[in-house]
Amino acid sequence: MSAQAIYVLWLRDMKWFLRAKARIISTIVMPFLWLAILGMGLGAVTQIPGVGNYIDFLAPGIVAMAILFNATMTGVSVLWDRQFGFLKEILVAPVSRISIMLGKTFGGTTTSIIQGVMLLLVAGLIGAKMPDPAGFLLALLFMIVLAIGFVGLGLAIASRITDPVAFPLVINFLIMPLFFLSGAIFPLGMAPGWLKAIAYIDPVAYGVDGLRGVIIGVSEFPIWLDLAILGIFSLAMVLLGAYLFKKMSV
Amino acid sequence: MRAIFADGLTREFNGLTAVDHVDLQIEKGELFGLLGPNGAGKTTLIHMLCTILPPTEGTAKVAGFDVYKEPDSVRTSIGIVFQDPSLDNRLTGKENLDFHGRVYGMSKTLREKRIDEVLKLVELEDRASVLVETYSSGMKRRLEIARSFMHHPEIMFLDEPTLGLDPQTRRKIWEHIQMLNKQEKITILLTTHYMDEADYLCGRVGIIDHGRIIALDNPKKLKDQLEGDIVSLEVPQPKKYAEIFQRRKYVKEVKIVGDYLYLTVTGGEKAVPKMIDIVARHGSKVRSVGCRSPTLEDVFIRYTGRGIREEEGGIKEQMRAHVRAHMR
Repeated sequence: MSAQAIYVLWLRDMKWFLRAKARIISTIVMPFLWLAILGMGLGAVTQIPGVGNYIDFLAPGIVAMAILFNATMTGVSVLWDRQFGFLKEILVAPVSRISIMLGKTFGGTTTSIIQGVMLLLVAGLIGAKMPDPAGFLLALLFMIVLAIGFVGLGLAIASRITDPVAFPLVINFLIMPLFFLSGAIFPLGMAPGWLKAIAYIDPVAYGVDGLRGVIIGVSEFPIWLDLAILGIFSLAMVLLGAYLFKKMSV
Repeated sequence: MRAIFADGLTREFNGLTAVDHVDLQIEKGELFGLLGPNGAGKTTLIHMLCTILPPTEGTAKVAGFDVYKEPDSVRTSIGIVFQDPSLDNRLTGKENLDFHGRVYGMSKTLREKRIDEVLKLVELEDRASVLVETYSSGMKRRLEIARSFMHHPEIMFLDEPTLGLDPQTRRKIWEHIQMLNKQEKITILLTTHYMDEADYLCGRVGIIDHGRIIALDNPKKLKDQLEGDIVSLEVPQPKKYAEIFQRRKYVKEVKIVGDYLYLTVTGGEKAVPKMIDIVARHGSKVRSVGCRSPTLEDVFIRYTGRGIREEEGGIKEQMRAHVRAHMR
């Protein structure tokens, strides 16, 4: 494994991210619209028992959403690299596939975290409840674990799907249900039993619950349990991504 | 120790044999060319030699390392310019080189020194800090060449290095290739379907068709095998005249390609008037005539019975050319 290679792949992702201003803005705007419109619209008629304001309840869920989508879409960069031939330059270099996969994972995780944090601050600006410094650090931890898991998933998918048009469709098909079932926009505690049962096998539910726990202090499960389950999921996704990445051909 | 050694190297794709039991020995310091039409298996062969495609059968050693068992050792010893573009357009020229230097484990000081050196060699110093998307296709190609020898490889693979470039840029790239071979002492294996390129650059040429190497020697010897001049005649019934000319003493060989007859003839200049007369006597007219010294294309025709360029222009190839034009 080569630290240099991991670093340079991360560095490349950072350079892209900072140069693509439109991308930063667009990935912030979509979750922001959810937050503002759903938060204000439903907030006017909805109070969440045990939480109060709907926007306080919603904000951690939307932060998770931003991370979810951005992290999974990291896989797109692999497709582009394949399309534009740069993947050959990477794969023929004397570095292990695992270094390449890790570099990409760190890159995608970093950009996801930046967007998650930006969104959290924006939520604060429009009146959502903000965490104390300790809560903020814990929220960061949850964001990192969540991002790593879904970058892993995105890379795993990207190593199998080579069609740049199909990739976002597959991602949406996969991520949308995970997001809706996660309890990001409604409290799972009050959902019907069958829905609850499905939601409890959704890893995102533990990410959302954990984030909510550390940001506004209300959660369904103990925070350590959220973190443990999310951690196991993320580890599994990274291993899956690494395995499929290793088998990928140009 | 040989630079490149292949023994029965074979690659199949879903039952199609792209490379068919190729044996190849290339000595250190050679500038070797693989000449053949599109789809002959050149790129597949290069991909196997540079470890990104496992062979179905056979073995190969590059710089003394087995391509299948010791891919990392092979990779550090070689530099590659792929047929299709492989630059990151959203990085600058310098950043592309820096990326390369890092993944090849070069230290910061070495990287900086080397980046300046190679940029100077391919005359891109002024454009080093500009995004690659603004480069012309020739500049991109030069940057790829600079990148491929930045880490001091012993051996370089150049897959169709001048494909789609204008004549002036091709000349420039040829100069760079010769410089790498002579000054930097790098063994070079290049593929091409331009016979003038193989003829001009390469010390030895292997002619490849349908995955097999069908002739291998230095360009002069390959051409000398033909012993004579190449006369081309455009006539109405090429088959009929092929038979007639075959019986003439001065005609050594006849090939029909489309409406043309390609004849290998001793004393071409004197033979042509005689041949025109013969055609006239049979009541037909020669539509066009050509007489020249043999090229590698004629060598190819002799071995395969068709021209190198004939198979161009398939739909897939057109699409690729289109994509390439837009990406460069």
